[in-house]
Amino acid sequence: MTNDSTKKTLGVALGVCLVCSFLVSLTAVGLNKRQQENIKAGIISNILTAAGLPQDYPDRIGFYENNIRPVVLDLTDMSVVSAESSGVDVQSFNVQSVLADRDLTVTIPPAEDIASISIKPRHMVVYHVYMDSLFEKLILPVYGKGLWSTLYGFITLERDITTVGGITFYQHGETPGLGGEIDNRDWRASWKGKQAFDSGGSLILRVIKGQVSPSDPAYTHTVNGLTGATLTTRGVDATVRYWLGPDGYGPYLDKLRGKPAYE
Amino acid sequence: MSKYIQLITEPVFKKNPIGYHILGICSALAVTSKLETSLVMSLAVIFVLSLSNTAVSLIRKHIPPSIRIIVEMTIIASLVIIADQIIKAFAYDISKQLSVYVGLIITNCIIMGRAEAFALQNPPLASFLDGIGNGLGYTFILLSVGFFRELLGAGTLLGYTVLPTISKGGWYTPNGLFLIPASGFFLIGIIVWILRTIAPPPDAE
Repeated sequence: MTNDSTKKTLGVALGVCLVCSFLVSLTAVGLNKRQQENIKAGIISNILTAAGLPQDYPDRIGFYENNIRPVVLDLTDMSVVSAESSGVDVQSFNVQSVLADRDLTVTIPPAEDIASISIKPRHMVVYHVYMDSLFEKLILPVYGKGLWSTLYGFITLERDITTVGGITFYQHGETPGLGGEIDNRDWRASWKGKQAFDSGGSLILRVIKGQVSPSDPAYTHTVNGLTGATLTTRGVDATVRYWLGPDGYGPYLDKLRGKPAYE
Repeated sequence: MSKYIQLITEPVFKKNPIGYHILGICSALAVTSKLETSLVMSLAVIFVLSLSNTAVSLIRKHIPPSIRIIVEMTIIASLVIIADQIIKAFAYDISKQLSVYVGLIITNCIIMGRAEAFALQNPPLASFLDGIGNGLGYTFILLSVGFFRELLGAGTLLGYTVLPTISKGGWYTPNGLFLIPASGFFLIGIIVWILRTIAPPPDAE
């Protein structure tokens, strides 16, 4: 039988496919458990970084289980819903995988969409950090367009739901050394202590191009943009303004602060 | 025996797949901003290249000419998926940094090139060694580029500080150019220049 006969061609094709698919399935199934654990550990690690826990904290998983309580929010009406009724797996909640599933997202009207993200999850998991059973911090997942990529991260608010505790981006594809400096520890530290809202509950936090002088009255609620990364800076500014604003977590934050919702 | 050793050593310098054949440049630009990602990427390519060469060589006398390329691609793609799964399971942080580039090993011309140019005409053991050799050649370039990009761009090597940067209170001003892919082009160009000056290819003037 020659190699280019139809029979042989089909036979070789079938054989190669069978062997290859068997090996691929074997690896995928065999390693799945380990990969899922990695993903879960990665999510927990991101949340703990957002909570301000040091990387070398001895029992990070234990801290997560004891001190961090996930809360499911219905983003369409900003109500708190139970994990069971929403069908959300709070332990492995991941914004990116939710966004990939059309059934789990809602469209953002273009007029509201300042962060250029078009869709948001119907249900979002936010995290309450407790210390000695007292509410300490609120960790909010945020995302928005930078220059090249969507920035995924968390912004943390202190107990007063006004002071910024920190910001962290766990995934982005910005230019290393320029927009990629959103990972820079010093820049991230410059967010700490900024006032996100004024006494009336209006969002005043801004990220600006250039520098704000410490003597400027705006210093308390203005973050310096990244040098050489105007568009990434704008993206971060829009992301923060969208998610902390009235179309984002605003109404929920007002409720937590014990104030009436936006009119 | 010496023939086998030559199969491994020749592609590292003299007939380097990147330096001599100018193949597989795309990933060499993308993943070399750090030494660590360069290393893992190189290991993945050695894994895929040696096994794809072996597999293609094993069935070389039975591959129907009409579907030759498809059969090779199926084998290569399967091995790449396996490599990607292994990295995701055992080096999760690095897998996030390498993102799509492990998957793109499928399109790395070196792999297809060696299957076509070598594995189809040679027995399995020789093909396996040819795969290792060419993988090491790729590794040599990637590590060289990664070494200079990480050192000059971030002042570190494998994450350890070598040149303390100003932002960390040291004296070194990092050269941001080395962090963007274009610098990979310059470095590869310089390496190709050096390799071709030491051992000019026969068709060169």
